[in-house]
Parts: sequence; structure tokens; C-alpha cells
Amino acid sequence: MLHDICFSLAPGEVCTLVGPSGCGKTTMLRIIAGLDRDYEGALRRPADGKLGMVFQEPRLLPWRTVRDNVRLVAPHADEAELATLFDVLGLAVHRAHYPAELSLGLARRVALARALAVKPELLLLDEPFVSLDDALARRLREELAMLVDSRSITTLLVTHDIDEAVRLADRVLLLSPRPARIVAEMPILTPRRDRTDDDMATIKATIASRLAAAA
Amino acid sequence: MVRSISLALLVGTWFLGSWLAGERMLPGPTAVLAAVLSEAGSGNLFLQLGATLARVALAFMLAMTVGGAIGFLMGRVALADRLGDPWLVVLLNLPALVIIVLAYIWGGLTEIAAILAVAINKVPNAIVVIREGARALDPALDDVARVFAIGRWKALRHVVIPQLAPYVAAAARSGLSLVWKIVLVVELLGRPNGVGFEIGVAFQLFDVTRILAYALAFVAVILVIETLLVQPFERRASRWRYRPA
Repeated sequence: MLHDICFSLAPGEVCTLVGPSGCGKTTMLRIIAGLDRDYEGALRRPADGKLGMVFQEPRLLPWRTVRDNVRLVAPHADEAELATLFDVLGLAVHRAHYPAELSLGLARRVALARALAVKPELLLLDEPFVSLDDALARRLREELAMLVDSRSITTLLVTHDIDEAVRLADRVLLLSPRPARIVAEMPILTPRRDRTDDDMATIKATIASRLAAAA
Repeated sequence: MVRSISLALLVGTWFLGSWLAGERMLPGPTAVLAAVLSEAGSGNLFLQLGATLARVALAFMLAMTVGGAIGFLMGRVALADRLGDPWLVVLLNLPALVIIVLAYIWGGLTEIAAILAVAINKVPNAIVVIREGARALDPALDDVARVFAIGRWKALRHVVIPQLAPYVAAAARSGLSLVWKIVLVVELLGRPNGVGFEIGVAFQLFDVTRILAYALAFVAVILVIETLLVQPFERRASRWRYRPA
């Protein structure tokens, strides 16, 4: 499924893996997260590093409120910090709600809040905004961009959406269809907060041409 | 409203049946109520109900604990399921009476033998229900517990057990009615007290009034337990379900 893949993340870097659906991106994240042990190769994670992960589905515990879902994974988190996190993600009024009462967009924010609440050494995001409408996905991307900037968390984001990669990444790794290997590596030098629509369109075009060349 | 009409109809049918069959074969509600009150007045009713209830509680808890643990294991570990399944089929199909008689022969007419016999009758039923629950556990939530490294104990308590709660409630409901019926048989065959023993005595005297008085008194107790314990537990375990999305 995956073959001959080698990369490493610098501390605080946001690295994005972009590849076609079904190329094995999720599998790679599962291996890195330690959920899948059936692989050959070497994997080094930050020592005693905490992981935060946002799955493709929100995967909240339906019998716990928003607050209790976050509290379960981050029992020692500072109350004030959690409150800030909820505020930033617009979840403050939903703290006492159960996941069944939330829209998909809100549930995804809770999943993001949960991953950030543990103050992860490594944040793994598996298509965190898939199947949301464009406007909402864009807004969540902005929020995420701000959050990773303010906390400088080492982040690995997997997506098939080039817009998402271009908006969020410090570096983009392009994957081929199955068996996936890295076909191109593209650093994005403009800082996230300064990226204009024009910048992003240019980068996107480059990526598209690289992908076309690789195919 | 509908429930009370239905209940009134039941009592009415009882009156009619008693009038047709005669007080000796089927005493009417008033006669049975009088018997309940007189047994309650002498204190005997509470003594026997208490003895039976204690046996029900012990056997029930034993069966739910053992059956729950085995069922969980069989639902999670394929090897355990393959190993345990033939045993389960044998136990499920062994008549309650056979287990009770064997328990009394091997263990003597003792309290321990009595409670074990009842528990063994309930265990396979609990295993089947909890196993189903363990099979239905969501691996996606397991992943969450592992990624965030919340620890085995917390994962069991907050991730696994809430998923099993509806199955535990189902097993408890069917279990409670099954256990108390078997406890009566156990008491009839080899205990010097309890509702089953009283009914045995009444049977020898053909005292239908007494039989009905004890049976209905105990049904009332079970209804109270069901309303005050089992239903609130179910509501609590599923309160997150019934809210509008």
C-alpha cells in the first residue's frame, strides 16, 4: 500500500501530505499514531510525546458532553486554558451539549479542541474538514491556521484537498496513487498569516503542474 | 389511562373467574388481599419475602458479574468465543431443574448450593447478551482511547462500559424475572423458608389463596425494584440518546 516513504518533521512545522483518495494516507497516519502495527520500517516519534489526533469523523463519545469529552483526554488541563480554547473555536455555548445535539461542523471543532487540549507534541489531522461545505471548511481552516501559529505545534495534516494544503502547510509532500510514494516535496516560504489569495493560487498552480508531471 | 383500564379489566376478569370456578379453585381478589394482609400482620410475609429477595439479589449479582465477564471476553477474543461456545450451548439447553437437582445432590441442601444453582441458570443468558454487546463495540472509539493514551482503566470505564450499558440493562431485566422464578423452585425443593417454600406448603394444603397471596406480593416487590432501580438506570445510561439533535 505504502512503499519507500521517508520524511521527518521539524519541531513546530506544519507538514501536509497530499494525495489522491485511497492512496494510503490514512494508513500512514494510523502507523504514525501507533494504531497500526502491521508495517515494515522505522518510525521515531518525539520521546514521551503526547499525541493529538483528529480523525476523519469527529469520533466523540456520544454519552459525554462537549466539556467531558475534552476533559476525558486532558484531565489535568488548566480550566482557563480550556475556556480560551473553547472560546477560540466558538464552542463556549456548547460546553454542556451532547455530541448528538451538534452539527457536523461543531462536532469537528470539538474533535479539534480535544486534540489541542492535550497540548500535543505532535498533532495528526486526517482530513479534518472533509464533507463540510466550502465556506465552513474555509473558516475552520483559518481558525486552525491561527491556532497552530499561536502554539507552534508540530503538525502532520493529511488531505486530498490542495486548497487546504496550501492554506495551512509550511511544507507540502505530494503522494502518488497506490502504492504511494512521495513524488514531490514543496516548501512554502510565505508565512501562513501573510499568504494572500494570489500567493496561494500560484502555489496551487505549481503543485498541480508537479502532480501532472508525476502522473 | 389505558393502563388503568387494562388493570381494572384484569381484576374484573379475576372476579368473574372466581365467581365461575368457585372460591376454592380461584379465590377472588378480596380473599387474596385479606390473606396478604393477615400474613403481613403476622410478619411472616416479610420474613419469607426477605429470604427470597436476598437469594435473588445474591444469585443475580453473581450471575451478572460472572456472565458479564465471560461474555465480554467471548465477544472480544475470538479464541475465547470458539472455546466457550460449545459450553455455552450445553449450559443454555440444560433444564433449570437438572441444574438445581444436581447442585443439591453435589452440594447438599445448603444455601450455597441453592444460590449457585440459580446463578448457573442465569449465567449463560447473561453471557449471550453481553457477548453481543462486546461484539458491537465501536473500534473507532477504541482508537481514540489509544491515541490519547487515556489508560486501560479509564478506557474501560468511560469508553467501553457506556457502550455496554444498554446490553447490561437488557440482561438485568430478563435476568431479574428469570432469577426470581428459579429461586422459587430452588426454595420449593430444598430450603426451609422463602416464598417458594411457602408455596410448597400451600400446595400440600391445596390453599390457592395463600399461593396467590405470596406470588402476587413478590410480583409487587419485583415491580417496585424494576421501577425504582432498573428503569432509572436505563434512563441514566441512555439519557444522551433521547435529546433532539
